[in-house]
Amino acid sequence: MGLLTLIVLLPLAGFLLNGLLGPRLGRTFVSLVGCALPIAAFLATLRAWTHLGGGESALVETAYTWAVVGGSSFDVAFYFDRLSAVMTLIVTGVGSLIHVYSTGYMKDDPGYARYFAYLNLFLFFMLLLVLGRSLLVCFVGWEGVGLASYLLIGFWFEDPEKAQAGKKAFITNRVGDAGFLLGMFLLYHALGTLDFDAINAAFQGPVAPAVSASLVGLLLFVGATGKSAQIPLHVWLPDAMAGPTPVSALIHAATMVTAGVYLVARLNGLYLQAPEASQVIAVIGVATAFFAATVALVQTDIKKVLAYSTISQLGFMFVALGVGAYGVAVFHVYTHAFFKACLFLGAGSVIHALGGEQDVRRMGGLARRIPVTFATFAVATAAIAGLPPLAGFFSKDEILWFAYASERGGSTLLWAVASFTALLTAFYMFRLLWLTFLTPSRMTHETEHHVHESPPSMTVVLAVLAILSAVGGFVHVPHYLEPLMPLPATDPTLHHLETPLIVFAVLTGLAGLLGAWFVYRNGLGRAERLARRHAGVHRLLSGKYYVDELYDGVIGRPLHWVSDRVFLRIGDRRIIDGSLHGLVAIAQRAAGRLSRIESGSLQLYVLLAALGVAAALALVWRHG
Amino acid sequence: MDNTSLLVTLSIALFALGLLGVMIRRNALVMLMCMELMLNGVILSIVAFAARTATVSGTVLVFLVFVVAAAEIAIAIPIVLQLSRRRHTLDVSAYGELKG
Repeated sequence: MGLLTLIVLLPLAGFLLNGLLGPRLGRTFVSLVGCALPIAAFLATLRAWTHLGGGESALVETAYTWAVVGGSSFDVAFYFDRLSAVMTLIVTGVGSLIHVYSTGYMKDDPGYARYFAYLNLFLFFMLLLVLGRSLLVCFVGWEGVGLASYLLIGFWFEDPEKAQAGKKAFITNRVGDAGFLLGMFLLYHALGTLDFDAINAAFQGPVAPAVSASLVGLLLFVGATGKSAQIPLHVWLPDAMAGPTPVSALIHAATMVTAGVYLVARLNGLYLQAPEASQVIAVIGVATAFFAATVALVQTDIKKVLAYSTISQLGFMFVALGVGAYGVAVFHVYTHAFFKACLFLGAGSVIHALGGEQDVRRMGGLARRIPVTFATFAVATAAIAGLPPLAGFFSKDEILWFAYASERGGSTLLWAVASFTALLTAFYMFRLLWLTFLTPSRMTHETEHHVHESPPSMTVVLAVLAILSAVGGFVHVPHYLEPLMPLPATDPTLHHLETPLIVFAVLTGLAGLLGAWFVYRNGLGRAERLARRHAGVHRLLSGKYYVDELYDGVIGRPLHWVSDRVFLRIGDRRIIDGSLHGLVAIAQRAAGRLSRIESGSLQLYVLLAALGVAAALALVWRHG
Repeated sequence: MDNTSLLVTLSIALFALGLLGVMIRRNALVMLMCMELMLNGVILSIVAFAARTATVSGTVLVFLVFVVAAAEIAIAIPIVLQLSRRRHTLDVSAYGELKG
């Protein structure tokens, strides 16, 4: 068995062991299997990485021939180049850390074994997604992570609201998957292959394929909007916070939601030939970034703020993809994985410390009580706000630069909106920091009494992620990926602006910090006055632009109406039930008539039997 | 008219007589006896054909039918006895509970 197959199969083994034997063999076994196998997968990835040559080289491994149809065969093949390497390292690395953290966070949960089984299952599918050589294998992983996400969002399924959130995520993703499938069909129809390298080569080749790159690109992007929570399919991600917090960190911040970014980056050869699709991606990305950031300003649930922040940061990544800076988008995936995982796990630590409290209005003053959580959370906050020299600064700055200067669709407007969003990002993240840790305590006496720092299994992970959020930016991922996906050309007349723009970006981060300090340093008083003065805006933002309500009104309710009035009352009750009842009535009436023959007179029966025999004989005689 | 046709005519007459008896009589015992008549009519025809073709299979079949007929009567008579004990009558029209 090859190394790549091993990487993929290790978490699957963990899923099977924990899922089948876990509940019987106890927590030590579950923790050991649940953590050791992802770590082993990480080590195997490192080993594969050392085998990887420079530049465009790739490791290819065919594990299994899935189907042979006519002349073409569909293989389960794995493809390991620099892009897959970066993604796999993030998935297994951050994944392992979060598994370790979960041993502390989920310690007292009755579903401990089930939790780790699902988490390992998720890793398996995610690795299938990033290592798959063809769109088909990628799609299996794509659907699989959706399933794992559904299972983990609804992990506490006794609560109907949480089960509902799981369903919402699954169904919303299904809409996106329809686009993915259509794109895949079109590609296969035109090219006869689904291998990523072959698709990229075909679109870069001298003869243009007989399919519109923009159409395919848009369809695949519809899939990406579902998985990566972009407008208009972003509605599931905030609700997905119903799952356990480490799940939000792993699936709904660091890895799964970046699958859409990975897909577009992986098919960069196609998207380079699809300027219209790229433009749509950039616009959707920047719009999502902006709107999600504004919603995050007024959220009071600590996890919801982080959820909207994730949507917003994913928007940034799509801006980079839209202007052709694929490596930069992957760079942001990489830094975002560190600081957002750190933030979510920090939020988990806060929730753990407060015994389940998630409302920032009832927090405050935690900096001294849980210092490790505070320190790591502060580092990650500064990183996402883009303060130098932390990781977020480097990636976000490059995104802003390419949004401004790229010759593949960069524009001042794109840059301005993205920069303003960066300002909002800094503001709402520092708002969260102040409200949670720095302002005077607003906790109830009862909660305050129980506050405690989390166990080492959690704090060590937080520290590791905080360090990575701090120094991760010094690894220049776009440069590493350049042989695979070159950065777009930039307008040479704008080059003198590069340094001023960096200074400006730092200033926006600091402005966000100062703004949050000014509004929130003394608690909620000033913010509440501000909200009262702009009640309309506040209501709009708190209502999340009423997108859920809009979907309910435009899609949900008409669908319900049609289902009830047409399909249930007419289709089901009248046509299907009606025809069955009609048949029953006919049978009953006929039986009623025929039962008169059963008069109880033996003589009549004999006569009828004799007549029957005579008739049968006559028939045989005539036709025999 | 040779022997065989005479015997076959007789067997038809026996069968028809039996059938008529089953159809018009109401006494359960008489109906059973009429059924025996029908059976014997059939047996007679088998024997007649067996003699004519000089084969043994017809004769064997006759013994088989005898055994079955004996078994049938051995079950039918006790049933009739049980019935008559219940209603104190042999009239079959008294037992019409299952009519439609």
